[in-house]
Amino acid sequence: MKIGAPKETFPGENRVAMTPESAVQLQKLGHDCVIETKAGAAAGFSDADYKDAGVEVVKTAAALWKAADIVVKVRQPDDAEMKKLRAAQTLISFFNPAANEKGLNEAAKKGATVIAMEMVPRISRAQKMDALSSMANIAGYRAVIEASNNFGRFFTGQVTAAGKVPPAKVLVVGAGVAGLAAIGTSTSLGAITYAFDVRPEVAEQVESMGAEFVFLDFEEEQQDGAATGGYAAVSSPEFREAQLAKFRELAPEVDVVITTALIPNREAPELWTEDMVKAMKPGSVIVDLAAEKGGNCKLTVMDEKIVTDNGVTIIGYTDFPSRMGTQASTLYANNIRHMIFDLTPEKDGKVNHDMEDDVIRGATVTHQKKVTWPPPPPKVAAIAAQPAKEKPKELTPEEKRAAETAAFQKETKTQVTLLAVGAALVLGVGMIPGMPASFMQHFIVFVLSVFIGFQVIWNVAHSLHTPLMAVTNAISSIIILGALIQIGSTSVLISILAALGIFMAAVNIFGGFLVTRRMLAMFQKS
Amino acid sequence: MENAFTIAAYVVEAILFILSLGGLSGQESAKRAVWYGIAGMGLAVLATLIGPGSGLWLLSLILIAGGGLVGYQLATKVEMTQMPELVAIMHSLVGLAAVFVGFNADLMINYISGVYSDAGQVLGVVGADGVKAVGLPKELYDGLSSFGQLIAKKSSVEIGILRVELVLGIWIGAVTFTGSVIAYAKLAGNSSKLPFEIDTSAKKLPGGHFLNAGAAGLSVLLAILYLSNGGTFTLVLLTLLGLFIGYHLIMGIGGADMPVVVSMLNSYSGWAAAAIGFSLGNDLLIVVGALVGSSGAILSYIMCKAMNRSFVSVILGGFGGPAGEQMAVEGEQVAIDADGVATALNEADSVIIIPGYGMAVAQAQTAVAELVRKLRAQGKNVRFAIHPVAGRLPGHMNVLLAEAKVPYDIVMEMDEINEDFPDTDVAIVIGSNDIVNPAAQDDPNSPIAGMPVLECWKAKQVFVSKRGQGTGYSGIENPLFFKDNTRMFYGDAKASLDALLPKID
Repeated sequence: MKIGAPKETFPGENRVAMTPESAVQLQKLGHDCVIETKAGAAAGFSDADYKDAGVEVVKTAAALWKAADIVVKVRQPDDAEMKKLRAAQTLISFFNPAANEKGLNEAAKKGATVIAMEMVPRISRAQKMDALSSMANIAGYRAVIEASNNFGRFFTGQVTAAGKVPPAKVLVVGAGVAGLAAIGTSTSLGAITYAFDVRPEVAEQVESMGAEFVFLDFEEEQQDGAATGGYAAVSSPEFREAQLAKFRELAPEVDVVITTALIPNREAPELWTEDMVKAMKPGSVIVDLAAEKGGNCKLTVMDEKIVTDNGVTIIGYTDFPSRMGTQASTLYANNIRHMIFDLTPEKDGKVNHDMEDDVIRGATVTHQKKVTWPPPPPKVAAIAAQPAKEKPKELTPEEKRAAETAAFQKETKTQVTLLAVGAALVLGVGMIPGMPASFMQHFIVFVLSVFIGFQVIWNVAHSLHTPLMAVTNAISSIIILGALIQIGSTSVLISILAALGIFMAAVNIFGGFLVTRRMLAMFQKS
Repeated sequence: MENAFTIAAYVVEAILFILSLGGLSGQESAKRAVWYGIAGMGLAVLATLIGPGSGLWLLSLILIAGGGLVGYQLATKVEMTQMPELVAIMHSLVGLAAVFVGFNADLMINYISGVYSDAGQVLGVVGADGVKAVGLPKELYDGLSSFGQLIAKKSSVEIGILRVELVLGIWIGAVTFTGSVIAYAKLAGNSSKLPFEIDTSAKKLPGGHFLNAGAAGLSVLLAILYLSNGGTFTLVLLTLLGLFIGYHLIMGIGGADMPVVVSMLNSYSGWAAAAIGFSLGNDLLIVVGALVGSSGAILSYIMCKAMNRSFVSVILGGFGGPAGEQMAVEGEQVAIDADGVATALNEADSVIIIPGYGMAVAQAQTAVAELVRKLRAQGKNVRFAIHPVAGRLPGHMNVLLAEAKVPYDIVMEMDEINEDFPDTDVAIVIGSNDIVNPAAQDDPNSPIAGMPVLECWKAKQVFVSKRGQGTGYSGIENPLFFKDNTRMFYGDAKASLDALLPKID
């Protein structure tokens, strides 16, 4: 099959769906690659780079659409491109099927297969082709960089000869992929980072990235994120109120706000209200990653940077991934490559469009003249349901003391019980009528030795258990004494048995001690 | 026997032995402690040889020298991976020696009672005070060997107790003997030097544990018979039964439970020595037997606790059935090649390695040590996490790593290191399975639920070096292999590591 990537037609789009690196991998699957001239220029890949990677370069978009069996793209195709789409051709691209009925019908009518990259289901197996995640990751990173670019101070706190610089305070709203990337970038720039999300189960991830999770004083059973494919759901009005109150409290403190809250197929929720913007210090920056869906802040203007009357910069760009063309292209091209990898299971250059496969089925929006969107729910649940976690309760000092006392009492009880049983047993042996005193003398020695043994062995280091076994092996051959006493007997049979006993015990004594020494000599400190 | 010097020597020796065990609390003091043990043993043998009553001391010396030579050969030739086998086969020698010494005591009793009846007396008849035995005429008594004299002056009650003790000694010795031989064969597998082959998996004769219980019951019967003057014949039968129980009991236990079995046999060999000590009236034997016996018992207890199983369930063999529906494992096992592992390791700051029996099987410990050396040279924090039941012998992994010159201060116990996994970049699992199974914590229906495990899945990335996709000894699916942060590094552990080593810079 021939896989082709046209130059993106959308103005200002820097990305490209195929890189020289991904082309090499695609060729390993048995495919041929073709690219429109200058398609990778904006992302930093020259035609020569592609040629070196064995990719055919064609002059025009029309020639490419004609040549390719599979067209890979970044942006949703425009009308001119939809015209070039032909029967039996496969298009892999962002397609926005939810708001592109016209495109769906047109493609279906032509008999072309369309795989929409935003429809890749969120299951672990499909993570490698999840373009939304890889783009969101870049957006999150870039959002912090843009904020820093428009922020007049350091992110990190410093104590310099010229004076002390306080660290910037960054609030990230929404801890999805973009949010987490923003948190990571922000903490590595040295800012004090706070993060909020309606799904309390992400608190752990947030904290692992070095940010502080903002908890609300609000008791509500949150819907398990797993039920909605890992995305946030709409929250109740009461919850929203609590959330806004918390933000209002934070607004005067924070220098940078990055909002990433999106709910699938809905307008972005308003989380950063006008009064919060007013409360912010002049020079503060808001980056609204939800600008495309109306923005988490109503003042946001899509694709523009504005400065409010009180000196707060609000950035509403929607092309963050494109602003990092090279990185975005590399990741997107890899997502595409993984998708094609799954489409060519035999690695023979032949596409096997398996509509039984959850991932392929989910992403395919038109196939064999039919619109196949929306897909049925995947057979595998997106994310394993979170078992309800019980927080270990912080014990009050009283409770702790009570627990300690209880433990001590329990210990005392077991010890006393054991002592009582042991004493009773020993006394019982002594009470047996006619028990000779000579036996009791030995018995006392025995009991004391067992006692000493238990005391001593508990202190042996775990790492020395093998030497312990070898050495106990050696000393248990003390039985040689018995044989040594017996060998002098007048009976030949006794002498022979004793001789054998001596020999075997001697093997053990020497073997045991020597091997113990050998082992112990190996233990070296660094 | 009644020599004051010998008894005094015993006190010194007993203290030396206690110190030699106590010294094992630390690596450095252990090096000194082993000399205490050697000194104690040397003194004990010397004191007995020069003490009264031991004849044929030249022959004894020759035998000791011969045994010493064999022991030297064994100890210097053995590979550290074969330590479990060596320990097991050495236990069998102690067991057999105990059987022989016990039989000798019985033979001597018969002989002395013969001497008594020749003199027209009966062994063990007590005098006017009702406690002290009448004893033999002076000239006959002096003609006996010291061991004979010891028995000759016993009263009938004492003789009875003596018999109880030697029955115990012989029976435990017999169980230890066959049990250890079977344990050896199972541990050695194909490299076993025994003339017969043994299935290393758990095998039972039809009848299973009823057969054991029956044999044990019969043993008690025979012991009673022997005590009521059943003669040496019953003792021989009893020994055979002991041998059978040892054989059948250990045959029913699988290879991975061997740590418990070997430490149990260690304990038995101690109790056998103690029992023989009683019958010979030798306090040193009693002291040492008790020390060894309790040591083995504690080791068994520690092993069982680390597997969250009761001692009885291990000895009776096999895992209990699952308590209910086990959690289904979701996801897939994602493979990775040496390049991927190398990149992750080069980038990591902290690494924890979790070795298991698979590392010993593949003889990969030197390759592991080399990897650690390289990583440490780059200033990375590399440590080992050792589960108490990793390997086939308590502390087996520690010895293997020590042999490969891994410094012992980076080899950590489970409790020391389990909390550090969340701050670790890379965890490498080499040849272990059940001891890193998250099902033990997550799935209350898992057969290993509640077993303490190494929480390696909390590390940022986990690499599992494993031969194939199979399950571990317990046959339980391991959800660790399906986790998002786990990558499977398939292949023989040594070959995999050798491929990895040149890529670490």
